[in-house]
This record gives sequence, structure tokens and C-alpha cells, in this order.
Amino acid sequence: MGLHHYLILSALLFAVGAAGVIVKKNIIAIFLCIELMLNAANLSFVAFSRYLDQVHGQIFVFFVMVVAAAEAAVGLAITITLYRNRRTLNVDDADLMKW
Amino acid sequence: MESALDTALFYLFAVVAMAAAVNVLLQRRVFYSALSLIVCLTSVAGVYMLLQSPFIATVQVIVYAGAIMVLFLFVIMLLDPFSAEAARDKRRYLNYVAVLLGLAILIFLYPLLNAYELAHVPRLLDSAAGGVGSVRRLAAVLFDEYLLPFELTSVLILVAIVGAVVLARRQAKA
Repeated sequence: MGLHHYLILSALLFAVGAAGVIVKKNIIAIFLCIELMLNAANLSFVAFSRYLDQVHGQIFVFFVMVVAAAEAAVGLAITITLYRNRRTLNVDDADLMKW
Repeated sequence: MESALDTALFYLFAVVAMAAAVNVLLQRRVFYSALSLIVCLTSVAGVYMLLQSPFIATVQVIVYAGAIMVLFLFVIMLLDPFSAEAARDKRRYLNYVAVLLGLAILIFLYPLLNAYELAHVPRLLDSAAGGVGSVRRLAAVLFDEYLLPFELTSVLILVAIVGAVVLARRQAKA
């Protein structure tokens, strides 16, 4: 089991998440894909932490998880507000600030 | 640490994680996407265990697959309850397959659980080897070198709580 196994898995997960962010229309689905990307990054951190024998990577994962939790809470609150005002979860319908 | 079992487990977790991740994209109903993401996150927790990071794996299951995803499911059920409607599947034989698989797992697990003895459980959490993932080493660095960022995250979470409450609160009719 080399480091590259974990990095390839991480890259694949990140790619799937990024594709989801681009393809999906439902704002909650996009959120889920962002979580997927954060998770892929975490996997890289832990893999490097293991193979470089440094604990710092895991500390970073810890902080990423905290930020992800905060981001999910605020993001979902924004989603609720969006739905209340627009009656939609489709991101294409929320284009008021689009250039 | 290198063993055939490690490799096999890695590929098992990797395949499950990738399949679940792709399924997140393929599902039309966002509720099923969320359930699929939980499967993906849990498999990645398995990979963390293979990387000898039991603390991160535990936090992944409890905080990520547990708390954060429950938050997502709450909001999905609040805003889009029909996305959780069961997809009708007319194929009756799937029921029998499910029962058979359940029985197979039971038969497979029974001898393992029967042989379970607490004394034989490897003490990963504070292994004398002091692997990278040992909680003790993690805590030593976190509360020493990273004490300020750690305290700042509490402020961040407080801001997030206040922000979420303010945003999601119904506007007072004035």
C-alpha cells in the first residue's frame, strides 16, 4: 500500500465531487458534493500525515471538519431562507446576483 | 503493517467509497444522494483506520457521517420531503436476496462475536509504539502548538451558530 493508492482515491473522490458541483442543479445536492470534496482533501491530509510520520496533517483534518460543520450550518440556514423567499431549491432560479 | 488483509480492505473501502460517491451524482432525489454520501463518508472512515488514524476515523463517523449529515437530512426533509419517497421496485426477488444476505452476515459474524474478548483487543488508542494517529500525540500537538487556532475555532462555531439562527429565523411580522 503506497502513498499513491490513497492519493489516487482522494483525487477520484475530489473529481466526482467537483463534477457534482458543476452538474447538479439542486442547491442541497451541490452542498453534498462540496462535502465530498472536503472529504477527499481530508483523505490526502491523513495519507500524507501517515507517510511523512507527522501529526500535523491530522490536526488540519480536525480543523477542516470544524469549518465544514460551521459551513454546513450556515449554508443550510441560507438554503432555508432561499426556499422561504423563492420557493425553489434550483440554483438557476437564484440568479439575482449573477453578472 | 503491510499485509494482504490491509490491501484487500483498502480496495474494499475504496470501491465502496467511489461507488457511493458516483451514486451521489446519479440519484435524482436529493434524499438518496445524502444517504449515499453517508455510506461514502463511512467507507472513508474505514480508510482512515487503515492509515492508523483511529481518532480521525472516529470523528469522521460521529461528526461527519453523524452530526453534519443528520443536519442535511433534517433540512432535506424540511424543504423537500417528497424526495424521500420510496422508489417503487416491483422485483420481489430482491426481498429474498436481502433476507439471504442478512442471514449470511449473521452466520459470518456469530463466531467472530462469540470469540470477542476485551483483553485481546489491540490498544490502538494509546499504543506504546506511539503511531502518528495515537490520540495522545495528537492531543499533545493540538493543545500545544495549535492552541490558538483551536480556541479560534470555538469562536468560529459560535459565529456560525448565531448566523444560522439569525438566517433561519422567521421574519417577525412587523
